[in-house]
Amino acid sequence: MRPILMKGHERPLTFLKYNRDGDLLFSCAKDHTPTVWYADNGDRLGTYRGHNGAVWSCDVSRHSTRLITGSADQTAKLWDVKTGKELFTFRFDAPARSVDLAIGDHLAVITTDSFMGNMPTAQVKRIAEDLQDQTEESALVISGITGRINRAVWGPGNRTIITAGEDATIRIWDSETGKLLKESDKEVGHQKAISSLSKSLDWSHFLTGSLDKSAKLWDARTLTLIKTYVTERPVNAVDISPTLDHVVIGGGQDAMNVTMTDRRAGKFEAKFFHKILEEEIGGVKGHFGPINALAFNPDGRSFSSGGEDGYVRLHHFDPEYFNIKM
Amino acid sequence: MAPGFDQLSDHDYQDEEDNIDFSDLKERYDVRMEEGLDTFVVIDGLPIVNEDQKPRLIKFLLKRLNTVGRIKDGEESIFMPMSDAGQSEGFAFVEYQTPEQAVAATKQLHGTALDKKHTLAVNKLTDIEKYGREGRIDEQYAAPVIEPFADKEHLRSWLFDPSARDQFAMFRGDNVGVFWNNKRDNPEPIVDRKHWTQLFVAWSPLGTYLASVHQQGVQLWGGASFKRIKQFPHPFVSLMEFSPGEKYLTTWSNQPIVVEEGKGPLTIDEEGKHIVIWDIETGKPLRSFVAHDLAQTVGPDGVAPIKPKVQWPAFKWSADEKFVARMKPGESISVYETPRMNLLDKTSVKIDGLVDFEWAPATTQREGVKTYEQLLCFWTPEMGSNPAKVTLMAFPTKEIVRTRNLFNVTDAKLHWQSDAKFICVKVDRHSKSKKSLATNLEIFRIKEKGVPVEVVDSLKDTVINFAWEPKGDRFVLITAGEAVAGSNVLPKTAVSFFAPEKIKGAGTGAFKHVRTFDKKNSNGIYWSPRGRFVVVATVSVQQHSDLDFYDLDYEGDKPESDAALAANLMLMNTEDHYGVTDVEWDPTGRYVTTSASVWTHQMENGFRLWTFYGQLLSENPTEKFKQFLWRPRPPTLLSKEEQRNIRRTLREYSKEFDELDKEMEEGANAAVIEARRRLYQEWYSWVREEKERLREDREELGLPDPEEELKLQRTRSADVDSEKVVEEVVEEVIEETEEIIS
Repeated sequence: MRPILMKGHERPLTFLKYNRDGDLLFSCAKDHTPTVWYADNGDRLGTYRGHNGAVWSCDVSRHSTRLITGSADQTAKLWDVKTGKELFTFRFDAPARSVDLAIGDHLAVITTDSFMGNMPTAQVKRIAEDLQDQTEESALVISGITGRINRAVWGPGNRTIITAGEDATIRIWDSETGKLLKESDKEVGHQKAISSLSKSLDWSHFLTGSLDKSAKLWDARTLTLIKTYVTERPVNAVDISPTLDHVVIGGGQDAMNVTMTDRRAGKFEAKFFHKILEEEIGGVKGHFGPINALAFNPDGRSFSSGGEDGYVRLHHFDPEYFNIKM
Repeated sequence: MAPGFDQLSDHDYQDEEDNIDFSDLKERYDVRMEEGLDTFVVIDGLPIVNEDQKPRLIKFLLKRLNTVGRIKDGEESIFMPMSDAGQSEGFAFVEYQTPEQAVAATKQLHGTALDKKHTLAVNKLTDIEKYGREGRIDEQYAAPVIEPFADKEHLRSWLFDPSARDQFAMFRGDNVGVFWNNKRDNPEPIVDRKHWTQLFVAWSPLGTYLASVHQQGVQLWGGASFKRIKQFPHPFVSLMEFSPGEKYLTTWSNQPIVVEEGKGPLTIDEEGKHIVIWDIETGKPLRSFVAHDLAQTVGPDGVAPIKPKVQWPAFKWSADEKFVARMKPGESISVYETPRMNLLDKTSVKIDGLVDFEWAPATTQREGVKTYEQLLCFWTPEMGSNPAKVTLMAFPTKEIVRTRNLFNVTDAKLHWQSDAKFICVKVDRHSKSKKSLATNLEIFRIKEKGVPVEVVDSLKDTVINFAWEPKGDRFVLITAGEAVAGSNVLPKTAVSFFAPEKIKGAGTGAFKHVRTFDKKNSNGIYWSPRGRFVVVATVSVQQHSDLDFYDLDYEGDKPESDAALAANLMLMNTEDHYGVTDVEWDPTGRYVTTSASVWTHQMENGFRLWTFYGQLLSENPTEKFKQFLWRPRPPTLLSKEEQRNIRRTLREYSKEFDELDKEMEEGANAAVIEARRRLYQEWYSWVREEKERLREDREELGLPDPEEELKLQRTRSADVDSEKVVEEVVEEVIEETEEIIS
């Protein structure tokens, strides 16, 4: 499995997203310019210029027509995927951290950080078919959480919104009323900030990664803990394989300390675990900084990882990978 | 089980002290000190005299009493009461100048004979007051109550393990645990206690006790459930050591002991002392010592004095624990006899310029010497025109067995072979210009007549580490090239193996170089306790962490060049454990553990378990990992004959063990399969339920099924190409020519 190294960003990667067809890969980094690549061979297709700060995350619509990005320049932007044209800007009074489109692409949930005395929020925006009708108004604002919300995603059937962040707690909110429905158990839940969250294909369960060196699998409806995957590094990124019962977990030593130690000490591997047995299957080495982003191709035949080192590494699985027996 | 005097944290040591139940000890050692009367002693058992004879007796007595201290005002201070009949009562009160002298008098004069008929009874006045006061003594004799016999746990129970597993102690975070080693499987915990120790833990040399070190002293634990066995209350103890036969314990604190009378077994004798030697059996101090003042050396810049290092172990034991010795650097060695702890021949052995000494690690039997002796080796550097000297001395005779003069010596290290068959003196020598260094090995053959010395001087570089094979006659050393000035890259090192030549008959041939592996970074040598195998490692170095596993009796073909040597060297495996700080062999030589302790650095703390040939068995990353210690085993009780027998029938035994291994593996496999089957079942039943619910939900909302879609997409793409081929087009300019068309 020889990886393809994609060097297009000048700063650490923050987020990776495949489109539903699995032929395009969108990458976000701290260098202001989201980039789109061919998911097959890693050729760069284009960039989306217009942000004026680190881009924290993105999402792409079902038919790969529109891209939404959230950035530290206190905006979230809608783009035309094909032309790279900026379509619309949502302005906030704080950096936008996480963006996620609902099924049907008519709604997006965007989180903002606490900034200049503002509390962190998760806001739902309507996305209009016709740009003429697009407004900046929020359909719903969820607030009252202390600590940054690192990730907010739609729950099954757009009925709920799931948030996770620095206070190590996962919350499920009613997407209509904004009422808090469930909170994760403090005892069994994460002990440190949650850095990432990834849904399963059918949205029945989701995986969270935390700086407490573990990743946990949760029931998306009842918010009960199903599985725990223990590693020996802080976890920055997680994803669930769409085809096999595998999950991938990445992270590494705190970026602050990286230069002070040997590369081997950093634990910059992407680790594969068996989703059901909670056992480690293997690891993919290569990055020389912590892994910040991970994504499986929707066809399950490849995955890519983005690191603090500014590289995206695209890995096509060897045939043997599909024959791993546990 | 609550861990004794250690529930206390460092901060509130004072108040929490009250929580410890010392009442039993208090009762036993309760002594009330009354101000002003401490200098008085009462002498009983004197002859009855009349007024005329009294001055003569007093004069005679005075002479006797002055041998241990000074009587305050001469004859004035001896008060001998007379009865109405003009006869003395047979006792006298005496006042010494200091309480210490009074104590000395009771210790040294009590029970000694004055003349043929009279024996002195010397007691402190305060003691007489305390124990002899009216009402304190029952008129009727009451037989002492003998405590009913309480069954103690077997202190060697761990040796009865049916599969002969070994135990180890692990200290991580605030917890200390003792575990069974289960090879590949997770260690099986026996006990795991929070705050079991404050500084570190240590096994006694034969594995009987586990020692924990606290601000209040040292505690020993043992038996099947690790109950507390003894306490040695030495406040602020920071170092401790067992004697080789674990009969005695030495403790050291940098703060002089302040004795609080009535608390614990420490008495006025221990006041102001730093080092205490304890009898483990009784739990009482044998003798205590003041630490020698450490010579303050001035640092190279001439300003800041280098902090002097504590000389530890301060007391070194002879192999049979009969003698214990301490040196005063540059001056003398004091040898004490156990268990009385009296200075041998009442004098120290004066040795000018003494640098270091070592006892022979085994009781030696030199050729032609029939009497009992313990050997001690020491060395002195060059002084003036006198050469440096290495001397072997026999005790208790203090007879010099052998000396050897050496020149141009910068440093020397003494390395005994474990059976005391040889001692290798590693001598670092400088050239005349004092610029370059070289190392010589001077090997004394103790068991041979006249103790001949063999010199190995073929080494060009300095030797940074040396180790004998345990119970063997081969050795490994590591040499280092000169460090490049100003560079922080450590010089490369080379690992050299030496073995004796094969000779006919008994004895050991001349030591010959076997092979050298150079361009290494190694700095540590770890022999298997059984010999033959050795791990050479790079420990506590940031950039490197190599582990090399060597076999010195490799069973394969032997190279021609080594035919004459009693070794067949083979590098079995080379591995790596990032950040390794310690390497430990289990006592049977079957396993090696390498560990990275948080005491040295913060990265990747934990330990790994290897087989003796370097196969990784398990990795155990552990947060705040501090210490890993295998429990030592006592020496085997089997005779030589029995051991040979076992070796001969090893094949049969190994068959049995293979069977057992297989059985265990199968059992474990079955358990794993069972557990997995259950996990799968749970998962799939949950997923089925959840999928059904979601499907209904989707249908209600009119959404497509993402899994169906994916399947569809996959079949579509599979139609196009079953195996995806990633094509990469690379353009290459082969030739470029420029033509000018006019």
